Amino acid sequence: MAESISRSLRDGCLEGEHAPALTIEDSLASPFGSHVFDHFLANLASQIADGTSQARGLVLVALNRSPSFYIDLLRRKGVDASLVDKWVRILDCYSDPLGWKNRIPPLTNVQKPSTREHVSFFRDVRDINKLLSSVLDLGKGFVGQGKTRFAVAVDLVSNLLRHTSLPSVAGLLNNLRSNDQISCIFWLIHSDLHEPRVSAALAYVSTVVASVQPIMQLTDEHRSRRDFLWLQKNSCKAKFCVRLKRRNGRVKLLAEELHMDQVGVKFAAVTSENSFVNKSLLPKVQFNLQLSDQERVDRAKVVLPYEHQGNGEAIEIYDGRRSLSDDQKDPHSVQPSTFSATTDAQANSGNGEIHYIRDSDDEQPDSDEDPDDDLDI
Amino acid sequence: MNPSPSPPRDPDLLEEALGLGRGGSPPWRLAFVEDCVETSGAFVLHHFLKRALSTEGDGTVIFLGLAQPFSHYDRVLRKMGCNLSVQRNKNKLHFIDLLNLEFLGADEKGENDIEIGFMDLYNRILRYIEAIRSKDYNGGWTTIIIDDLSHLEIAAHGSVKHVLDFLQYCGSLTSEMDCSLVILNHEDIHSSDEALQMLSHLDYISDVLIKAETLSTGIAADVHGQMTVIIKDAPGGLIKKLHSFQFKVKENGVEFFYPGSRF
Repeated sequence: MAESISRSLRDGCLEGEHAPALTIEDSLASPFGSHVFDHFLANLASQIADGTSQARGLVLVALNRSPSFYIDLLRRKGVDASLVDKWVRILDCYSDPLGWKNRIPPLTNVQKPSTREHVSFFRDVRDINKLLSSVLDLGKGFVGQGKTRFAVAVDLVSNLLRHTSLPSVAGLLNNLRSNDQISCIFWLIHSDLHEPRVSAALAYVSTVVASVQPIMQLTDEHRSRRDFLWLQKNSCKAKFCVRLKRRNGRVKLLAEELHMDQVGVKFAAVTSENSFVNKSLLPKVQFNLQLSDQERVDRAKVVLPYEHQGNGEAIEIYDGRRSLSDDQKDPHSVQPSTFSATTDAQANSGNGEIHYIRDSDDEQPDSDEDPDDDLDI
Repeated sequence: MNPSPSPPRDPDLLEEALGLGRGGSPPWRLAFVEDCVETSGAFVLHHFLKRALSTEGDGTVIFLGLAQPFSHYDRVLRKMGCNLSVQRNKNKLHFIDLLNLEFLGADEKGENDIEIGFMDLYNRILRYIEAIRSKDYNGGWTTIIIDDLSHLEIAAHGSVKHVLDFLQYCGSLTSEMDCSLVILNHEDIHSSDEALQMLSHLDYISDVLIKAETLSTGIAADVHGQMTVIIKDAPGGLIKKLHSFQFKVKENGVEFFYPGSRF
């Protein structure tokens, strides 16, 4: 599932449509959101560097972590530093989001962190219109005008929501995804910092919502005790639930398992741990509750009394999709003889029978007697 | 007759939990100390203060004193074997007295005044960092301690947003300079939804959470409370390690021990 999200971000949008938009949401119970964000960011950056994506550049709006963190991250993930310089632009809203540093005397005698050419400062996150134009200017600056597109990543929408209203932020994201130079956009939000309506509003402006949820739900008891069992279960694993909105309006819900290791996040199909638990919860009994393979084959051979026997003639079963007369006229349709031949072959391979063995002689043969007639109600 | 060997010194469980070696920099940047009415976490700040000013390291401290006057900390730390007045004269401790801090509220000049107040406070911290780095700087670690956050909220007329903005600026200092931030906060004074969100915010931006609580079994004479130290892999990240132990606050320090190890 995560791969298909990566592909969707890579492929971008069709002409005349909004760009695919991904919301990544997490909570303190399962705070893997930033790791998932880093995963998609690094994937997209390497695809842009390889030239395999529709986007020809990436604008990263850094609200939560410093630009140097992201430069190190991309380097760690194997993206060439020169390519990062060339194809990635970082809008630094982290170091001075409210412009304080411009209003106080600068530090002297203190070595400032080196600024890079592809990092631009943004000093008023409350001005959403200015932020929008800064993102677009940065993107257009390195991919140029015309039909070339670029991708946008916003590392933490929650920080924006602290400074501006929900409609402004939703408007910003909507304007970005509807811009004809933007290939795809994705952002992270800590859902537990906001009311549920915030997540819902952002879900409406996104095509995919990836929600990171704990494997084991947090209860009050766990929270108060910082439960070791809960931590053990959730410290390196989470549920990665994806809600996809198709073009025709169909909504698909999918889930994967997310594993954390030293390198980063890895996604895997939901393990059979739950089914294993179910199996292990079955009571231990002295008789088989499951059938062996041979028993299954034998069962399949049994012709049930109500099944059409054929009696040597072709079986014509109306399946409700087309009329029999149409079938006969249609030269491409499967001939009835083919079907009957198959069933004959199956029948010849051996017939199954139903054997009934009574448990004991005490058991009465089938009768119409009411077994509960002795109950005096 | 040979003197009997002194009993082995108990390991400092708090320092072990926080991964603090002798001197040098801590492996984390932003630590929150959460306490409650029944169990004060102030002793953790005293512990950090003493450690940062110890002779083993070249550390300096910028202390934002909102809860107590300087003389209070001086008396407490003196019993712990650390003379704050001397450290202050040596410019190793920069104490910002904020007992009477109050920003002008929205009713008088508008909301912007709270922001200007926090900006001025941030500027004062920057100036101290400048002073620390300007002469005889040998790469020592700077610890910024805030005692405590609830007073900042009061000064800001309850504006959580402005407090969080200020913390973000202080937090960005930790990634730009060699410094760490230790903040005391009271867990039980927040009840509204907005304040609960504040606690979650703090949890997201910190990489260490130290929680001082009462014993679940009630008050005991020899055990003053229990402590949980949560170490994350990054600010707001996954819980990497969780340590739990009990403590006893003494006149000249704190004793940490594992539950049941003293009886």
